[in-house]
Amino acid sequence: MTDLLSPQLKAETEVPDWLQARRLAGRAAWDNGSLPTRKTEDWKYTSLFPLQQDFTAAPVSADSAAELGLNLPDLSGSRLVFVNGHWREDLSTLVADAAIEVVRFSEANTEQSALIGEHLGTAVPGAKHLFAMLNDAALTDGVFLRVRANSKAQHPVQLVWHNSHSESTFISNQRLLVLAESHSEASLVEHFSGSDNAFTNGVTELMLGPGAQLNHSRLHLESPQALHIGGLHARLDRDATLESFHLALGGKLKRIDIVINHEGAGAHCQLDGIYLLRGNEHVDYHTCIEHAVPHCTTDETFRGIIGDKARAVFNGRIHIHPDAQKTRAELSNKNLLTSASAEVNTKPELEIYADDVQCAHGATVAQLDDAMLHYLRTRGIPEDEALVLLSYGFINALVETQALDSLRDYLKPLLADYFGTTAEAEAAVEQGADLTRHIGA
Amino acid sequence: MLSIKDLRAEVDGKTILKGLSLEINAGEVHAIMGPNGSGKSTLGHVLSGRPGYEITGGSVEFMGKDIFEMETEERAHLGLFLAFQYPVEIPGVSNMEFLKAAVDAVRESRDEEAFDTVGFMRKAREACTAVDLDQAFLKRGVNEGFSGGEKKRNELMQMILLEPKLCILDETDSGLDIDALQVVANGVNTMRAEDRAFLLVTHYQRLLDYIEPDFVHVLADGRIVKSGDKTLALELEEKGYGWLEDEVA
Repeated sequence: MTDLLSPQLKAETEVPDWLQARRLAGRAAWDNGSLPTRKTEDWKYTSLFPLQQDFTAAPVSADSAAELGLNLPDLSGSRLVFVNGHWREDLSTLVADAAIEVVRFSEANTEQSALIGEHLGTAVPGAKHLFAMLNDAALTDGVFLRVRANSKAQHPVQLVWHNSHSESTFISNQRLLVLAESHSEASLVEHFSGSDNAFTNGVTELMLGPGAQLNHSRLHLESPQALHIGGLHARLDRDATLESFHLALGGKLKRIDIVINHEGAGAHCQLDGIYLLRGNEHVDYHTCIEHAVPHCTTDETFRGIIGDKARAVFNGRIHIHPDAQKTRAELSNKNLLTSASAEVNTKPELEIYADDVQCAHGATVAQLDDAMLHYLRTRGIPEDEALVLLSYGFINALVETQALDSLRDYLKPLLADYFGTTAEAEAAVEQGADLTRHIGA
Repeated sequence: MLSIKDLRAEVDGKTILKGLSLEINAGEVHAIMGPNGSGKSTLGHVLSGRPGYEITGGSVEFMGKDIFEMETEERAHLGLFLAFQYPVEIPGVSNMEFLKAAVDAVRESRDEEAFDTVGFMRKAREACTAVDLDQAFLKRGVNEGFSGGEKKRNELMQMILLEPKLCILDETDSGLDIDALQVVANGVNTMRAEDRAFLLVTHYQRLLDYIEPDFVHVLADGRIVKSGDKTLALELEEKGYGWLEDEVA
């Protein structure tokens, strides 16, 4: 197996002393662990073969936003931009907000570093998430976002991890720790974009205190051949509410683990996701909701559209522990295959050890509905445009229910563009057709 | 306008239309009545180009062109409109997006200028009012969660906005209460014009109390077995379809 850690260790970067212990522990776990193979149940449909190559350390880039091709939503609040994992102050904006503190690990003051030290890694059970250990081992910096108790952030906080084009393939490490203190309210958008030649290894941890409300979005808008293995790990205390929205456009290998731990009674999680694949892309979402205590609720909906020879994997596990009485949990996963060679492996997994719970799950795999297509065509809508409207319509509901207006306004044209550039649409577009002009009319 | 000669069609290897002939001229209103399974709905599906129907004989010309040489959308561009018996629900595509896309496509094919957004909104709201449908329906998914009557009104709204040459109403009256039936009838009567024709496919005579047809045809076993004026509909209502089948046999 290729060496994923040494190139990152060779890079000369200063690391705060208080992070060293975590790095060493991560390194020990990574060195002792063995990479999952196709025989590992959790990796049955996702091969790590694309990682079999030589990686270099992430190069420092001084490219401008235009040169990088950054296309970011305007959310009005603080925006922290990292290029190839390196902080870019010139591209970032910090907007003062009494409700929040947002700081890089390397810049954290004593109080902040104590909080980071107290919480970092506590949501990630290491043995099961080896790549999170790689992330620990290579940790040089990260972002700490604290939302103060009993206060409401004015604007969404935006975190951007962009990879620039490079001659050699490199690894970039991303880490985010969010501490939403009791009865705080905030919105957060994680944005991943950029180069084919990069492997991003990311870990995000969300700690929600009692009654905290966090609206979180994680957008994977990387290039079609990009590599990403990432994890989102959340802990929800009493009466906390997490709304988490996920979007993944392609990637040669993209594996995202989402683990939500209901640890306090009355917590609620709404988890929505969209994955769109074409070409030879591979996206794997593994979600796991741990209901450890009573009276918690989960609403989870993922939808995917898979075309060409792409392959999607969705594994949705809901684990209801013996004490988690009065749980209500619903999971739905719907997939649309737009080509005969496209593939999806979907598996909802309900594991229930409590007897007084309400749980439902469902997964479907289908092709575009002929009757819908015919109906649109009888009204004069050309077939190519009808296909675009129907594909967009398949995921539209999940976009429409997003709480952030500014994010919806950003996503709609971006998604419309995506559907307007399929191979099938290309011929029509060449002849001057605009297949997306009616989306959002 | 529409000339059907000896049309034969089958679905799943089963012959449904067995030599149907029908001439419709501009300005005329025709009603086709017939018992269940006589091929009434198949006729609409075949004319609209729905997949799964195989044409095994005969010809259909619409506006002087061979209809089977045209894609479904091209037929719509030429002015063919089918109001579905069971309109399809399309969650995620808003009624407004759908209507604008349809009207733009049809107008474009006629080299007419597209409506701007505000102008189209006004047209769409007027059409809503004309079919007694709340404007909130414009924002909802196409037919999504609409009641049977609301779906039929939505079909009629599309017909008003698309200004077709030939309107085929496939059992649009089925399942409607009297108020909704009158809305549909008003819509049709308002749209009657010298350059427009209607083909009303129906199971019941009552629709013809509100829309006076020029011709009534009886479809049985895949063919038109009897044609007449509006009195034929009343006769059918009174006697049922049985006597016709005896008469034909």
